[in-house]
Amino acid sequence: MKPPPFTYHAAKTAKDAVAFLAEHGDQARVLAGGQSLVPLMNFRLAQPTHLVDINPVIELDYIRRDNGALTVGARTRQSALEQSEEASMHAPLLVDAVKLVAHPPIRHRGTVGGSLAHADPAAELPAAALVLGGDMVAMSARGRRTVPVADFFKGPFGTALASDELLVEYRAPAWPARTGHAFLEFSRTHGSFAVIGVAALVHMEGRKAERVAIALCGVAGTPVRATTAEQLLQGKQPSDELIESAAEAAVADLRPASDVHGSGEYRRKVARVYVRRALKLAVARAQGERS
Amino acid sequence: MNDRHRIAAVVNGKRVEAEVEARQLLVDFLREDLGLVGTHIGCEHGVCGTCTVFLNGESIRSCLTFAVQADGAQIMTIEGLASDGQMHPLQEAFWEKQGLQCGYCTPGMLLRASELLKENPNPTAEQVREGIASNLCRCTGYQFIVEAVLEAAEKMRGANAEAPPAAKMQAARRRG
Repeated sequence: MKPPPFTYHAAKTAKDAVAFLAEHGDQARVLAGGQSLVPLMNFRLAQPTHLVDINPVIELDYIRRDNGALTVGARTRQSALEQSEEASMHAPLLVDAVKLVAHPPIRHRGTVGGSLAHADPAAELPAAALVLGGDMVAMSARGRRTVPVADFFKGPFGTALASDELLVEYRAPAWPARTGHAFLEFSRTHGSFAVIGVAALVHMEGRKAERVAIALCGVAGTPVRATTAEQLLQGKQPSDELIESAAEAAVADLRPASDVHGSGEYRRKVARVYVRRALKLAVARAQGERS
Repeated sequence: MNDRHRIAAVVNGKRVEAEVEARQLLVDFLREDLGLVGTHIGCEHGVCGTCTVFLNGESIRSCLTFAVQADGAQIMTIEGLASDGQMHPLQEAFWEKQGLQCGYCTPGMLLRASELLKENPNPTAEQVREGIASNLCRCTGYQFIVEAVLEAAEKMRGANAEAPPAAKMQAARRRG
């Protein structure tokens, strides 16, 4: 199908975009890479009457370091994140995650901010951000504000952004040296949506896991942190038995929905296996083993 | 509501100016307004890849971009792959290896494969499979497509080796 009519506005600057949102609010949608929004419009599941296109807003196309954090502009293409040396040095988890987002032609166009703001419960970048922590920076005609990642994802396709706000930046904090990362997902075919995905970060001090973060996607309405599992590992030596217990704990409270790609019970079982694998990989990387 | 915009773009090397409705998809603009029907429309939601074109040198889904967004852009469609009436080695190889079958996915497959070979001139069969995973062949004729891409890659490497002596010397140095 084809999208219903709308008016199109090409924003030149972020300020221009938020002025447009201030005027049209609920009736308007931000068009970033369009790799999720345009399918929804083609199916007429989304029928915005105004689109504000931020593709020309190149001021939001950057990946840089700022006070130890890795800051990614919202309009940065996913393919740019994938190839960024800065990102692979300072937030390799983001690079691993973005490589699993669909296929190269989608990543050439899709943006980092678009994926975060779209907040698909099965998407990789929201889960990666949830594990890394840090902040989302939102801008509106009223000014700028910072939303901790932990408060950003509100429900399926729902975020803390108000209708007049534009996501302009994600700030990923630096994790200390000797931190291992892993992003693993199970999907039906290479590049398909994740049935489930797991993001993990483990910071080792000597033989102990000093700091652990685990998040899952595709198992609930938002990406979720597995806090019980994290606490099980924190301050302890991550033996195979303990990792197994953590994997079990990570899925104990999950009640994933069933769909054509797998039942809820199946998702839980696969998630448990992937949490275990992700933790083992993260620990091995933290200990400097090549993987 | 009929929001129309004037755009100017370069399509297959030719400058094009047009007035487009905001909601017109790039693929429909290419096919209906410019008559470039080599670009096919399949799923219209970014899954099948038959509408693949190059936008400023990178493969994209033309069903997920609006024509109005192509203002100022360089676009290449499948019609731009052959040069001076000479088929691209990939086109030759698809022909020889039966890589076409029904032909519906072919324009997207060819463009995506040409991008893959630019990035990796000597891919393994596995890398070809991964590289074209963005494009669906509903004849499920992937085997022939993979064989065709590998054959084209070999021919293109051979052609490059014959060409400029400077490149040859560099390659020799790399081997040494």
